Amino acid sequence: MKNGANILQMKNIEKEYFGNKVLKGINLSVRAGEIHALLGENGAGKSTLMNILFGMPVIHSTGGYKGEFLIEGRKVDIKSPKDAMNEGIGMVHQEFMLVPGFTVTENIKLNREILKHNLLSRVFGENLKSLDYENMNKDARKALNTIGINIEEWATIAGMPVGYMQFVEIAREIDKSNVKLLVFDEPTAVLTESEAKTLLSAMKKLADSGIAIIFITHRLDEVMSVADSITILRDGEVVATRDKKDTNVMELAELMVGRKIERIAKSDGKRNLSKGNIMTIKNLKVQMPGEEVKGVNLEIKEGEILGIGGLAGQGKIGIANGIMGLYNSDGEVIFRGKKLKLNSPEESLNNGIAFVSEDRRGVGLLLDTSIEENITITAMQIKKKFIKNYFLFTQLSKSEMRQHSLKMIKELDIRCRGPQQVTRRLSGGNQQKVCIARALTMEPEILFVSEPTRGIDIGAKKLVLDLLLKLNREKGMTIIMTSSELGELRAICDRIAIVSEGRIEGILKPEDSDAEFGLMMAGHYSKLRNREGLEDA
Amino acid sequence: MSENTSLNLQRDKGNSLGLGGIVKKILFDNMVTILFVVLCIFGIYFSGQSLAFITGELITRIARNAFLVLSLIIPVLAGMGLNFGIVIGAMAGQIAIIAVTHWKITGIAGFLLCILISTPLAILFGYFTGRLLNKTKGQEMIASMILGFFANGLYQLLFLFFIGTIIPMKNPTLVLSGGIGIKNTIDLSGGIKYAVDGLYRMPLSLALLIISLILIVINIYKYLETKKIKRKDNEKYLFSVGASILLLILSIALMVFRTSFMFIKVPFVTILVIVAICIFNVFIVKTKLGQDFRTVGQDMHVANVSGINVDKIRVTAIIISTVLAAWGQLIFLQNIGTLNTYGSHEQVGMFAIAALLIGGASVTKATNSQAIIGIILFHTLFIVSPLAGKNLLGSAQIGEYFRVFVAYGVIGVSLGLHAFKQQIEAKNKFKSQ
Repeated sequence: MKNGANILQMKNIEKEYFGNKVLKGINLSVRAGEIHALLGENGAGKSTLMNILFGMPVIHSTGGYKGEFLIEGRKVDIKSPKDAMNEGIGMVHQEFMLVPGFTVTENIKLNREILKHNLLSRVFGENLKSLDYENMNKDARKALNTIGINIEEWATIAGMPVGYMQFVEIAREIDKSNVKLLVFDEPTAVLTESEAKTLLSAMKKLADSGIAIIFITHRLDEVMSVADSITILRDGEVVATRDKKDTNVMELAELMVGRKIERIAKSDGKRNLSKGNIMTIKNLKVQMPGEEVKGVNLEIKEGEILGIGGLAGQGKIGIANGIMGLYNSDGEVIFRGKKLKLNSPEESLNNGIAFVSEDRRGVGLLLDTSIEENITITAMQIKKKFIKNYFLFTQLSKSEMRQHSLKMIKELDIRCRGPQQVTRRLSGGNQQKVCIARALTMEPEILFVSEPTRGIDIGAKKLVLDLLLKLNREKGMTIIMTSSELGELRAICDRIAIVSEGRIEGILKPEDSDAEFGLMMAGHYSKLRNREGLEDA
Repeated sequence: MSENTSLNLQRDKGNSLGLGGIVKKILFDNMVTILFVVLCIFGIYFSGQSLAFITGELITRIARNAFLVLSLIIPVLAGMGLNFGIVIGAMAGQIAIIAVTHWKITGIAGFLLCILISTPLAILFGYFTGRLLNKTKGQEMIASMILGFFANGLYQLLFLFFIGTIIPMKNPTLVLSGGIGIKNTIDLSGGIKYAVDGLYRMPLSLALLIISLILIVINIYKYLETKKIKRKDNEKYLFSVGASILLLILSIALMVFRTSFMFIKVPFVTILVIVAICIFNVFIVKTKLGQDFRTVGQDMHVANVSGINVDKIRVTAIIISTVLAAWGQLIFLQNIGTLNTYGSHEQVGMFAIAALLIGGASVTKATNSQAIIGIILFHTLFIVSPLAGKNLLGSAQIGEYFRVFVAYGVIGVSLGLHAFKQQIEAKNKFKSQ
């Protein structure tokens, strides 16, 4: 425990986005020389809180925030990232703010270059001053030495291992002379284990020099190894603040995930899932930006609802997109004993695989087109349904389309003014139903649904989940549901696969404990399980 | 980020594949340039012309065009791609020339006055171009090209209809017989023709001697500089020193053996101006402004987050480019000697960009040496292709056709190759994971 003065105090911070409360009275205080870990699932409010701290434009363009915060006991009002910098707040970004073609020095001194006069600058002013590389290199060296990393300051960023880039980011922050508080936003997410270790020891070194650190992460063992105190957020509230010595990994995992779960699917005991595998995925890699899949092995049983969960950016979204051929992918997918040709949406659709995209308004719907056309278009393209053939040319069969859409609207209970209504005007829940209706029109054997309840109000969420359950139970359709909301996965799935760092971390039953889900999402399930026997004994 | 890793990968490949890999990488990286070197060698061979003739022509064309091509570099540095908008700068230059010809100010005085008039015009035009390009981020090239066409409309309006109506002008040599509109061609001889070129013409051998000596000194200096801070990539400077010594020997040989080369003269002052602009391009990179250009060019988002005013920097880059293009057009026209009022500027952007691309530049990277190599190759092809066409196919028209075809073709091909290269790199990266 360190007993420095409070560097940062946030009091009763509230924030609304369009009437949706995302922060509900957060209190947080960080002392000098302390490493304060901030834990929470995606959407718990961590990023919003940090955006407020940095005065990001997104906060102020959406009506600002309520509550107050103090830096070293002074009430401050930070309106822009520049104000934050002036107050001595630095941030090590999750995605690197580095210029690849520049040297380490140039990046550390980005827009804070040391300048010197030359002949022209005396006439034409500041902007034509030359860069003083010698002094810049000296400063960069000093900053790099402070964190104890041995990179040559004139090397270019491009081609460096990711771990080094992280250190350059940190060096840039500490090169700013007045820095008091540093925020590390998931700094170890992209690092290898040994790089992460170096980083953590660098953080400790910085904290010892009196800088306060806010450490945002999902990796619980890292929290236990460096943090002095820990704040856990869930749904925009502080669930708990703990000192490291008073807690353990299991408790943290439970606090992070824990919420009451209502299981919609009753375990009727009669479920017969022994028909064998409908699909086997072997070493699937998908090149989806931000959701990269790095070698997934998964077996999908016929007739089950399989959930795919995990934190954002770990690759869960990429799996369905890869199988559907929407992003470049590699590996082997065996569907009903046959090898599926990858990178071809047409092939996947032809094989009876349907997909409801997570990007409903982008990929999922033709927003300015009618409901009936949205429902029928894929089947029209792939199965040549709803088309009349006149020898040389074809025409749409409007009556068939109408009939089918009306049936779907009735079956799925799509609330609309009629099949000709434009989908843009529908509510989120009803748009989602249109997407599902289109997938069903393909009469699929296996249905991939990604984030089916994203951006839908609570009442409609239940309807969508009920619908998926009904399809599974009544039509025997195999459903793979990808979702960021663990709660809904646990509500209807038979099994839940948790994805971490592009791979399947493990498969759990919906009844398994919160702690187990928490650990698995943090990506340290297997590691901790192995260690537990030794340490807790 | 993704670019880094692919670069990294390529570097690794170069190391692990040994000599074959390195050769393959060099071929892959320079395929456009290599293709045109081959074409030029063929062209020279089939044209049946002496090297002295081609060299003489080439020197004239380098002096005429280099400045325009070099004006393209700064926007590329700032990540705005190839600035087709230099056409607008060229218009500013031509407006100045028409004014100065009307006032009958001749020689170098007239030329300097042209610069004085065209500069504020070009700054204004560049400012508006930059503002527009800031609204069309990501489509700068097509936006600047269309803007060029639009500006051409205004330019024609000015000289076809406003002259003699809104702008009073009584000058039978310039104005059409009806009293409205400027004539289609304006003769600059007796005006600013050869205003700069004619100041001092130097024998080729002497010019080569001076250039090679300067190159040797620069490269040795750079070598020692990089050695001092222990960088390892400094062999290229030693290589350049070697090449410059060869050039030195060549120049001495030209002096000793009296060949037809001795009749070739170099417009010394024009070349000096071109060297100055090259130095300017290098100098600006090392200033705060240049660093901002590069930052914005590499990653607008990062630049913005670090507090750089991205829009302002981009406008500045375009203004500089437009002003240089205006001056470049002045140099171009003082050499040509006739101003085609409604046509001289039209092809400027296209030809300058084609030359730059042939030199191995891309929409994201362009250097002085690429510009110079590009001009040499592009204009060699220009000189030899009609003759080669005549010798091979019996018609100079076909050769002429080929050189126009080549100019447009090269832009398409090298833009395509650029995209193709990126695709291959992305694929390699994915496979290696």
